[in-house]
Amino acid sequence: MTYPEFISAHGPRLLDGTLVTIQQTILAALLAVLIALTFGMMKISPLRPVRALATVYIEIFRGTSLLVQLYWIFFVLPLFGLTIDKFTAGFVAVGMNLGAYGAEVVRGAIQSVPRGQWEAGVALNLSPARRMWRIILPQALVIMLPAWGNLMIEVLKGTALVAMISVADLMFAARQINGTTYLSAQVFGTALVIYYVLARFGITPFMRWLERFVARRMGRV
Amino acid sequence: MGGNWSWDFTLQILPRLIEATGYTLLAALIGYLIAMVLGLVLALAQRTPWRVLTLIAREFVEFIRSTPLILQIFFVFYVAPQFGVRLSPWTAGMIAIGLHYAAYLSEVYRGGLESVEKGQWEAATSLNLGTAHCYRRIILPQALPNCIPGMGNYLVGILKDTPMLSVIGVAELMHTANAIGTETYRFLEPFTLVGLIFLCISLPLAELVRRAETRLRRKLGLVK
Repeated sequence: MTYPEFISAHGPRLLDGTLVTIQQTILAALLAVLIALTFGMMKISPLRPVRALATVYIEIFRGTSLLVQLYWIFFVLPLFGLTIDKFTAGFVAVGMNLGAYGAEVVRGAIQSVPRGQWEAGVALNLSPARRMWRIILPQALVIMLPAWGNLMIEVLKGTALVAMISVADLMFAARQINGTTYLSAQVFGTALVIYYVLARFGITPFMRWLERFVARRMGRV
Repeated sequence: MGGNWSWDFTLQILPRLIEATGYTLLAALIGYLIAMVLGLVLALAQRTPWRVLTLIAREFVEFIRSTPLILQIFFVFYVAPQFGVRLSPWTAGMIAIGLHYAAYLSEVYRGGLESVEKGQWEAATSLNLGTAHCYRRIILPQALPNCIPGMGNYLVGILKDTPMLSVIGVAELMHTANAIGTETYRFLEPFTLVGLIFLCISLPLAELVRRAETRLRRKLGLVK
């Protein structure tokens, strides 16, 4: 079978898989950002128990493997009466995992906003919430965006693991085609190239655009 | 099957899981050694005067870093037999994970090499040292200490990625937990124990890396 024949026979299935991978990546990325912001801010809270809670979450999710977390969420949580369908379990596991890494990025960025900005917020009599939302976070956003570019590629790569709980993503489609045709080089090679294209021509340009967009809004350019 | 934790079952499966932990550590170690050597090759290839070689090495690193490790593991394991090379799960797994982390480590080395002052090169040239000699005796000894923190982080990283080897049948921790789960229809204890074992290894290891980093910084006079 030549390569064009292979693509015309199995291309549609790989494409379907790619669409699921994109959905998983977007949902997991949104969840990761939400978790990262929440736990990143909790990590610098003046309240000790809040800080401790954030530390426990971050250390657990950074200290174990994504695959272990995915299996745990999918196989163990139902034993406690919390049954989640595989599609949801997939992006939730990836989002929670990368959210823990993101939390450290958020914390670092917030802490690197110059001291004077915090003091100016106090001097203007802004409430702590308003100071964070209107003064600190927008500036922290500019600082943390480059690191998020790498994290988003990690999110994309992480979603390949959801195939292990039978979510029909690109990885899953590739494995199935491999199982029936044994054309391993063609199918896995094509899948690798698709992931590469998504990362290099999808995520990276989007994050660069976002960096420029935010910088312009902040009047930094 | 239920949400109730059985201590008897835990004690029964613990020896098997601890044995498998040994294989997990072994896999991480072998993979890391391969990555350390290949990573240096990839980093040095990007510093040669040959543009084509530099470009290929650069693209290769980018490609490896932006595609999933699990797919690379499958690729190596299934594609090699197509070309007549049968690889055992261990061999295929070590090649894939070693190559993946070589790409990451090459970036760490690159950063370290770039941090060596230009004057060091000029001094070596004026002393009439050859390129190889210069790297070995002058540049690498100065560059490597700068690489230690990054290398430490990826040591923890490779350890946490070893469960992916279970998908091609490497009998490490995750694979064993899966096997116990399918034999006994109990997933709560094996999967939870795997998580706990990983925490018990990776948290102290990460702490160790942090300490090594501060000690190194103090030694290099970066902080008091």
